[in-house]
Amino acid sequence: MKPFDFQRAGTVSDALAQFAPGSAYLAGGTNLVDHLRAGIREVDGLVDISRLDLTEIAELPGGGLRVGALVKNSDMAAHPLLRERYPALAEAILAGASGQIRNMATTGGNLLQRTRCVYFYDPATPCNKREPGSGCSAIGGFGKYNALFGASEHCVTVHPSDMCVALALLDAVVVAESEAGGRRIPFADFHRLPGDTPHLDTNLRPGELITAVELPAVPVAAQSTYRKARERTSYAFALVSVAAALRTEGENVAEVRLACGGVAHRPWRAHRAEAYLTGKPATAEHFRAAIEAELEEAQSGTENAFKVPLLRNMVVSVLEELRDGRTPQRRAEQGGAA
Amino acid sequence: MKDTPDPGPTFPIALPIQLAVNGKRHQLDLDPRASVLDTLRDRLGVMSVKKGCDHGQCGACTVLADGKRVLSCLCLAASYDGADILTAEGLGTVDQLHPMQQAFLDHDGFQCGYCTPGQICSAVGMLDELAQGMPSHVTPDVRKVAELNDAEIRERMSGNLCRCGAYVNIVSAIREVGQGQAASAALPMPVAREVTR
Amino acid sequence: MTTDPKTASVGQDRVRIDGPLKVTGTAPYAFEQPTENPAYLFPLTSTITRGKIRAIDASAARALSGVLEVLTHENAPKLLAKTDTELYILQSRDVHYFGENIGAVVAETQEIARHAASLVRVEYDTEQEDTRFRPEHPERYNPGKINTGIPADSKQGNVEQGLAEAAVTVDEVYATPYEHHNPMEMHSVIAEWDRERLDGVLGVLGERPHLRIHDASQGVSYERLMLLPLLGLLPQQVEISSPYVGGAFGSKGIPHAQVMLTVLAARLMPGRAVKYMLSRQQMFRSVGHRLTTHQRFRLGAAADGTLTAITHDVQQSSSRLKQFAEQTVNATRHLYAAPHRETSTRMVPLDIGPATFMRAPGEFPGMFAQETAMDELAVKLGLDPIELRLRNKPDTDPESGKPHSSHHLGECLKEGARLFGWEKRQAQPRARQEGEWLCGMGVAAATYPRQMTPPTKASVAFREGKYHVGIAAADLGTGAWTVLTQIAADALKVPEEDVVLHIGHTDLPLAFLAGGSTGTYNWGSAVMVAAVNFRDRYGLTPAEGDEAEGSAFFPDEAKKYMLDAYGAHFAEVKVSTVTGEVHVTRLLGVYDPGRIINPRTANSQFIGGMTMGISAALHEESYLDSRPGYGHVVNSDFAGYHIAANADVPDVQARWIEHPDPMFGPTGAKGIGEIGIVGVPAAIGNAIYNATGKRLRELPFTPAKLVE
Repeated sequence: MKPFDFQRAGTVSDALAQFAPGSAYLAGGTNLVDHLRAGIREVDGLVDISRLDLTEIAELPGGGLRVGALVKNSDMAAHPLLRERYPALAEAILAGASGQIRNMATTGGNLLQRTRCVYFYDPATPCNKREPGSGCSAIGGFGKYNALFGASEHCVTVHPSDMCVALALLDAVVVAESEAGGRRIPFADFHRLPGDTPHLDTNLRPGELITAVELPAVPVAAQSTYRKARERTSYAFALVSVAAALRTEGENVAEVRLACGGVAHRPWRAHRAEAYLTGKPATAEHFRAAIEAELEEAQSGTENAFKVPLLRNMVVSVLEELRDGRTPQRRAEQGGAA
Repeated sequence: MKDTPDPGPTFPIALPIQLAVNGKRHQLDLDPRASVLDTLRDRLGVMSVKKGCDHGQCGACTVLADGKRVLSCLCLAASYDGADILTAEGLGTVDQLHPMQQAFLDHDGFQCGYCTPGQICSAVGMLDELAQGMPSHVTPDVRKVAELNDAEIRERMSGNLCRCGAYVNIVSAIREVGQGQAASAALPMPVAREVTR
Repeated sequence: MTTDPKTASVGQDRVRIDGPLKVTGTAPYAFEQPTENPAYLFPLTSTITRGKIRAIDASAARALSGVLEVLTHENAPKLLAKTDTELYILQSRDVHYFGENIGAVVAETQEIARHAASLVRVEYDTEQEDTRFRPEHPERYNPGKINTGIPADSKQGNVEQGLAEAAVTVDEVYATPYEHHNPMEMHSVIAEWDRERLDGVLGVLGERPHLRIHDASQGVSYERLMLLPLLGLLPQQVEISSPYVGGAFGSKGIPHAQVMLTVLAARLMPGRAVKYMLSRQQMFRSVGHRLTTHQRFRLGAAADGTLTAITHDVQQSSSRLKQFAEQTVNATRHLYAAPHRETSTRMVPLDIGPATFMRAPGEFPGMFAQETAMDELAVKLGLDPIELRLRNKPDTDPESGKPHSSHHLGECLKEGARLFGWEKRQAQPRARQEGEWLCGMGVAAATYPRQMTPPTKASVAFREGKYHVGIAAADLGTGAWTVLTQIAADALKVPEEDVVLHIGHTDLPLAFLAGGSTGTYNWGSAVMVAAVNFRDRYGLTPAEGDEAEGSAFFPDEAKKYMLDAYGAHFAEVKVSTVTGEVHVTRLLGVYDPGRIINPRTANSQFIGGMTMGISAALHEESYLDSRPGYGHVVNSDFAGYHIAANADVPDVQARWIEHPDPMFGPTGAKGIGEIGIVGVPAAIGNAIYNATGKRLRELPFTPAKLVE
């Protein structure tokens, strides 16, 4: 870790003023401090924003919520209104990391979580995300976590956040401030696909500071859930995850939302599947056909080929569960003995 | 690898930082790079917090910071200026064990003992979170209040790895304390005592 | 061991003596030993796999404020004898594997040392490398003998005939991956060189160097013996302490390069202690691993299940720098009877770091193959897998023909079946489904041999009303602090409170390391003999300062017998038909462990081994990227290399059938550190087969292998 300057910001405008090229904002530190110590990233200075007054969860007119950027993940998942209105989001947060990390990690920081690709973490190997132009080691290497959708020859990794999959489901809005003024970034425009610039995870501009995430009113989200498959029962990143919301009318799908994690460089909203399913009978056959429609775009190698049936099964299962109101049963089974 | 390494600022940076550790106040001049973990161990000689990975992946360094369990390896001390830090030896001493420490002893909830201080701090913080009604990944309905049961304990303690494999005994120990706490209503968070070194 | 049941300590449930220190976090591990003004080391490690160092430019590091020294092969103190290739470091420009220690930076703080190390530029001349394990490797070789000194190959009868005579055969290949021990305490060393004054009768004779080491070590006596010829020092010049060890599992059995690295760095700054704790990533480089295996296993059986032939042919990885030839075939030679039997071991030489002991080396990978193959045979025969094992239980050791000193495998299997509810198991796969979960049960036998132990001594001294028992033993979490105190109390016929145990220091009587599950019977024997000698010499009312020593004793008669511990593992799993995720919902072990000294710590040893078995079955695999230019394990942290978390382990229970075995020595204990892990992955894999109908022959059993 290279020595760096350290400043604490008292207000958002202080923070923006203190930021200089080569600086980084420090909030919960769960990702950034790790990167600095591992030699993945160097900074000239840190602007400590952890004490800014951005820790409120407030109701928005019309039934949405505004979550301050510095709300801890654990506080966000525990918030009664959030749990009631967006169970998939609470579940997604709780499926990530550990109790200690959720007590430290912040909403804004979670949006900026960087990949867990083993080569990104290994400075002795090429990685275009860590060192642009050096190459992608994950192609032909340790590949079981590699993406199914939207990868490029420059980067095949996936986004690691659970929370962001649920935010994609909800069409959240990222609120950011900069010296040039504030802006609101639709969630779909926030994270990027790798293309030939995999070192850029998001469309946030240098020095821009996330101040809040807005959750719009999404009535269908009251019937939503998040399921995560992983190699260890807890405290592991997703192989594949699925966030879904479903409303049926009679036998048919009236409204459906579907987002997938562990499959792309950004949280993957399954628009094709949603479009296929809307208005169709809410049956396993159609749920399967819907995700097959999405999977037409998928590309996999030998090491990550299992993600195709995994994603298909999980989508079908989660939609069936929502249709039948069985989500609590599955969650209890995940934690209990046989 | 860059050809000409940039050593960064050549001036020694030392930030004035105040930490209360196990009830004792310390005024320190610290390198901004110093973690709370290394500050406790290397600067203050407080070894009742352990380094098991230095990357937020094992839980051995768990402390209670202002009452909440956190990973001290990922806490920069500079950012925790003014914080109250409690480690295992601040919870209880050999002569006067905290109920959680006594339960770990009674249930043999450890073998090598290296992850143990972090497990115990985590368990204390975890029961507090549960008492506040926070849900977990295995809470069947995330909209409802979680119960104290083995599945909840296992999930909530999964951020503390134990390579010796004492998990089932750890769960027994925490269950006993948790049930005792539930019976005697919510116990207040333990108050740190002055530790003389 | 004769004890008065009313006053006996052995066999009683005792809370760990070191427990209060451990639950308060105040037991001092190696890195935590008090030192005045220490300096901190961060290593320079090779970023190529094979070649030579052309140049090292440390100017930027040396210029950094707070940097005290940069150690490389150019300024490293010379080592004397090349008695160990792993420890003979910094003596040349050669690089043997990725991540090898090629130097170090020593600085005032950890932050400065680590940063300075990143500023050191190393240029290499690379050479052709080979890190790709494949069983048909052109340079694979017969090591002649494998660990524990047994021949690499064995042959009895004519296996082709035995297989031809069989009604049913199994012929499959099983594979186990590289694994890393990953004790929670990363390897840590403090080294400090001083001058020691030598006094003669007529005054000061002179001075000589004195080296003090705090290490996380499974055995300080043998660590010192290994270091002395390299350093060219006498035993009196080197002192090593290691009173508390934060887990080891074999990785701290013998010293690895980090000890020598710290010792050499400290040599450059006499009088100043140098401290080094490995990073978690470095734990995957240079402190040993479990080698990877490819095992062809063949079984032939008559229609009633009687085995006619067993063959086990193993190819396993090896470091070109230092061979470690695991006894993967050992259990195959002894567990089941069959007239025709053959085993072989071949090593595949690669440019990787040395392997080392990891909990049940040999028995762990070998029994995964054997006990999975037995399950496959049972399926083919339509026979209950417990019954198949009972029918092939040998009357005498199949290889040597010697009788067993004690052999209660059958009891373990039967008692386990009863406790586990085996009768509820459906023989047909996929017969039990609950919601999306397919449920199944599996069984595997376990065996672990008596290991030979080099000389081991203990002492008893009477001081201030207490019996001070000394032995250079180690407690890795095993309970040695407590059980040796119990053994000493009974042997001295005093209450435990009157015994003060001293372990983990080279000033104490020489002891073999904590390994091979020998600790309790080996150290325990030495402590008992020392106590007997003490009482013989001083009676029941010793005087202040009275002291006696004793050496571990084992009966000569034991040579006539085959000595093993036994056990049986029962697993119940549920496998998701949606995700392929496996949960081990119950795991039961029933053991034949000889005498149990302390049921509490013994239980923890068993369930600890079983938990590590779950971890190996479901999670553990070090992915060695063998492409040119990589050549190292890339999932080198706890996010990439999973070990079981609390949520993976809902219900693990151990039971035992106690038949003390005096052939293991006077404690009657057979050793329990390793048998808890042996066969566990096979039991889990067999349960997965019972649940799903899918036979997995490669560890670990990940969702990728089960989802469909």
